[in-house]
Amino acid sequence: MAESIAFYTISAFILGFGLLVVTTKDTVHSVLFLVLDFLFVAALYVLLGAQFLAAIQVLVYAGGIVVLYLFVVMLVNLKRPPEEYRDPRRRSVLGIALSVAVLLELTAIGLYSRSYPAPALAAGAAAMPVTGNTEQVGWLLYTSYLIPFEIASMLLLVAMIGAIVLAKREL
Amino acid sequence: MVLSAALFIIGVAGVMMRRNIIIIFMSIELILNAVNINLVAYSNQVQNAVGQVFAIFVIAVAAAEAAVGLGIILAFYRNKETVNIDEMNLMRW
Repeated sequence: MAESIAFYTISAFILGFGLLVVTTKDTVHSVLFLVLDFLFVAALYVLLGAQFLAAIQVLVYAGGIVVLYLFVVMLVNLKRPPEEYRDPRRRSVLGIALSVAVLLELTAIGLYSRSYPAPALAAGAAAMPVTGNTEQVGWLLYTSYLIPFEIASMLLLVAMIGAIVLAKREL
Repeated sequence: MVLSAALFIIGVAGVMMRRNIIIIFMSIELILNAVNINLVAYSNQVQNAVGQVFAIFVIAVAAAEAAVGLGIILAFYRNKETVNIDEMNLMRW
């Protein structure tokens, strides 16, 4: 009971802050709402029993990515707000209609897949010799998913070099 | 599930409707977060940590995407002094 109350409260906060991120005029306010949104998502992870992922979420998203966004917002010192210029060919209504269409599609998929029972997925869990969330994730990460893990590290390295090259004034 | 879908839709609507490219990038982050919520929820439901491992990969890719995307925004702003996507027509034929 308490768990579901917490879930619905956190969900309401996540959705509300998400809406504020998209609708706020001021970009800095938008970034700050994004921080709050990420923190509530981290709270949801704790509720779902993924403590390690919650810590990663706070460190990487709320600590790293959002600071990056804030720096860019400060550097891109706008003399005129970008929303002022309106392209007459641009259609917001079409955007809203498309997102509503995607929502309907997702709902249909959800309803459709609910009619099938979930397949038994116990084979992977039985092989895990350790208990505890962080140990479990780490065990999987360094055994079954070692190669994707290394590829992700390479991707981060390439992204770091690429960002430096792009943001540098002249090489 | 419903929460994840709703957050995803907010992100999609943000991408479609705003003109500030920084806000569009933040909407993309919201979409990736919705995907992560879905992965973690199913990981909890089937009692299997593989979903959380994939969520970590998604976070890594999101971090890379944010770094490169913001670098592109900075480089573009230095040339054109705007972050409005309607004025980004350098590659228009």
